[in-house]
Amino acid sequence: MFSQSKVALGYILSVIFLLVAFTLAITVGSVQVPFGEMLRIFAGAGNRDSLDPMFSSIVLDIRFPRVVLAGLVGASLAIAGASFQGLLKNPLADPYTLGVSSGASVGAVAVIFLGITIPGLGGFTLPVVSVVAALLTLIVVLGFARFVEKSMKMETIILTGIIFSSFLGSILSLMIALTGDELRQIITWLLGSVSMRGWDYIRLIAPFFVTGSLLLIWNARELNAMAFGEDRAHHLGVNVQVRKYVVLASGSILTGAAVAVSGTIGFVGLVVPHMVRMATGSDHRHVLPLSILNGASLLIVCDLIARTVVAPTELPIGVITALLGAPVFGLILIQKRKERRG
Amino acid sequence: MLKATGVSGGYGEQDVVKNVSFELQKQEILGILGPNGSGKTTLMKMISGLLPCREGAVHYKEKPLSAYSAKQLAREVAVLPQLHQHAFDYTVRETVAMGRYPHQKGMFAPWTEHDEKAVMDAMKQTGVERFEHQSIQDLSGGERQRVFLAQALAQEPKLLLLDEPTNHLDLSYQKQLLDLLKEWTETHELTVISIFHDLNIASLYCDRLLLLHHGETVQLAEPGNVMNKETVERVYNARVHTQSHPELPKPQVTLLPNHGFEKTGLITKDLFEITGDHVYVKTPQSLKTLSSAVIGAGLGWYHHFVNRHVPMDYECDDSYEDMVRYAAHNGWNPADTVGMMTAVKVEDVIIREYEDNGLSVVIAVTAGVGNAVDVSLSYERERQATIGTINSWIFINGKLSDEAFIQAMMTATEAKVKALQNADVKDPLTGTLATGTSTDSALVAATQTGPFVQYAGSITPLGKMIGKGIVECTSEAIRIYRERKSR
Repeated sequence: MFSQSKVALGYILSVIFLLVAFTLAITVGSVQVPFGEMLRIFAGAGNRDSLDPMFSSIVLDIRFPRVVLAGLVGASLAIAGASFQGLLKNPLADPYTLGVSSGASVGAVAVIFLGITIPGLGGFTLPVVSVVAALLTLIVVLGFARFVEKSMKMETIILTGIIFSSFLGSILSLMIALTGDELRQIITWLLGSVSMRGWDYIRLIAPFFVTGSLLLIWNARELNAMAFGEDRAHHLGVNVQVRKYVVLASGSILTGAAVAVSGTIGFVGLVVPHMVRMATGSDHRHVLPLSILNGASLLIVCDLIARTVVAPTELPIGVITALLGAPVFGLILIQKRKERRG
Repeated sequence: MLKATGVSGGYGEQDVVKNVSFELQKQEILGILGPNGSGKTTLMKMISGLLPCREGAVHYKEKPLSAYSAKQLAREVAVLPQLHQHAFDYTVRETVAMGRYPHQKGMFAPWTEHDEKAVMDAMKQTGVERFEHQSIQDLSGGERQRVFLAQALAQEPKLLLLDEPTNHLDLSYQKQLLDLLKEWTETHELTVISIFHDLNIASLYCDRLLLLHHGETVQLAEPGNVMNKETVERVYNARVHTQSHPELPKPQVTLLPNHGFEKTGLITKDLFEITGDHVYVKTPQSLKTLSSAVIGAGLGWYHHFVNRHVPMDYECDDSYEDMVRYAAHNGWNPADTVGMMTAVKVEDVIIREYEDNGLSVVIAVTAGVGNAVDVSLSYERERQATIGTINSWIFINGKLSDEAFIQAMMTATEAKVKALQNADVKDPLTGTLATGTSTDSALVAATQTGPFVQYAGSITPLGKMIGKGIVECTSEAIRIYRERKSR
């Protein structure tokens, strides 16, 4: 039973989780920032002269932008995952398992390592190309899955996603080999990171995050209907053709922008919506906002772990999310199999 | 309200539905029937606007379907699909509430009192309100089917389209669902189009039936006109028998399997077991039987046949129950037994065999004429049931039509009357010639294998044997009865 109070509790706990994650990520690290100092820095951010210059520099110039970026990336991936799952009626779908992240990576790598700039877009060339690459990948993956099997079973879609992931991965390797850059740098980027990006990257992702999220939340009720199948949604009065592409495009916008600023970070879009659904039910009017909150929190925590667990070495954040996400992926698969048999 | 004109269409190159036309009356239930692959579901998709028509058009309230947006159409037309798996667990309430989608305007549409009422009503009508807060994944197939019906009803549609709504439902919910729909056609001015697999259910509930075959209309008419033997056999390519519903003027179809399942054997004199208590026959196979017995009366299939002797002063409040006990006591399944009673000494039974050209008959008669009645003057009598009686059994090794059964009964009765006249049996009250006794009973049972007998009137081969046999056996039985009396 998913009552109103349970949903309200979900929001309260999610906000608390976000605040805790934020506070930890700001204060914990090679240099510990006292909690009181953190509050004073945020309260008096306008006037840095009165603050401890080392603490304020660490918090405002290094950790704060890093945490915000992690939060935005996590939120983007989580809500994109939630919407892909609803639209495809597939709890295993997320930007990573669908191969959309890989597609966006190819776009991003092309821009970064080939140094392409599209006239008129300037710095936004990177996210725009990523978004377009993400959308193209998604359309091709879904088209291929439908071609393989008209009913588009859960496993077929994921298998197609994996095939395309591998394929796009090789293209990435090929591009990297041809550019002659050092492989390690690329691989680190591919496994995802939100370090040393600064406010520029936040400015890059923010408009895409806002646009994509609003579009998806605007379509929450339609996603509810489409979770029962496109035909059913049509009969309930949903303009399926339009809504479907709005959702796919929004998911691609969010994924593409996230990949452009942080590389491929897997499984956030799988784990977070799954947890949210278990706690509060499947109504997308709540699943989507709650996925934003908890996706942000989760990635902030993962980033904190990534930079502290084997300090001073920093792990790629994708390693942490994969460690968390792959077992959850397995669990959902087993669960769904059982359901179908039972 | 809905009108399809020359509708053709399908998925690939080939049209699955070809030139189908119909016009739906308000508050009508139209059933779509047809074998697998006949285009029922495709037609439904075109009616609901999911699939465009390649040729022809579907109009709803004088406007083509394409003139409606999905939302506008969903306010008028609801669809109950065939059941399928769902990935996420919505609660029953959430699921039903989605039916209000077409009535809500904008993203932050308020949940109105009317929305709430429509959802509650729909849940109540379909009996799912007690699952309100449960996940639909925890429900059985039938319960889930009802949840989606509630969702469709929450749309407050004028027209409801159903694709095999009774799938997954047990008998009682099938009836409940269809009764509910029938009721809504009257109380809510609902109009229904439904695909049915079950011809008999369709016949019971639909005002008209549209029978499809290879995507073409075979017939569009009332059930009585569509469900005739020839049409059903041709379209479904299966042997069937049609008859009317026992209590309603609606046709029903019964399948006829290609192979009989029972061993067969001829009915002969030797099968009869005669004791002081009863005359009993156990037949090698079930016999189709028409009788006026105490148990196993009417038309049915039976294995055991008993004519039980009871004392002259036999009095029992419930002779039916007593007969059932008697059968069970003797190890005969009462549901499989035809049982009669007589006060006559049953060891005096006359059993004779008759044969003509491959058709054979066994006739058994017990007769007592103490209560002889002249039926032409019986209105002068008080009603009284006493047990002095003529019980006539006719077993036929042949396949009889329904009309042959009735004529066999007539012929046997005529023969019995003749036998009584020949024996000069008189009604003791009126002193006129008797035509029978007050509690006569008769039985015609046939193996339904062997030669086919269409008629059994008095000059047919079977009628001749029955006439001769009944007269002979009854006369002989009366002679012995009188002998015993005069002793």
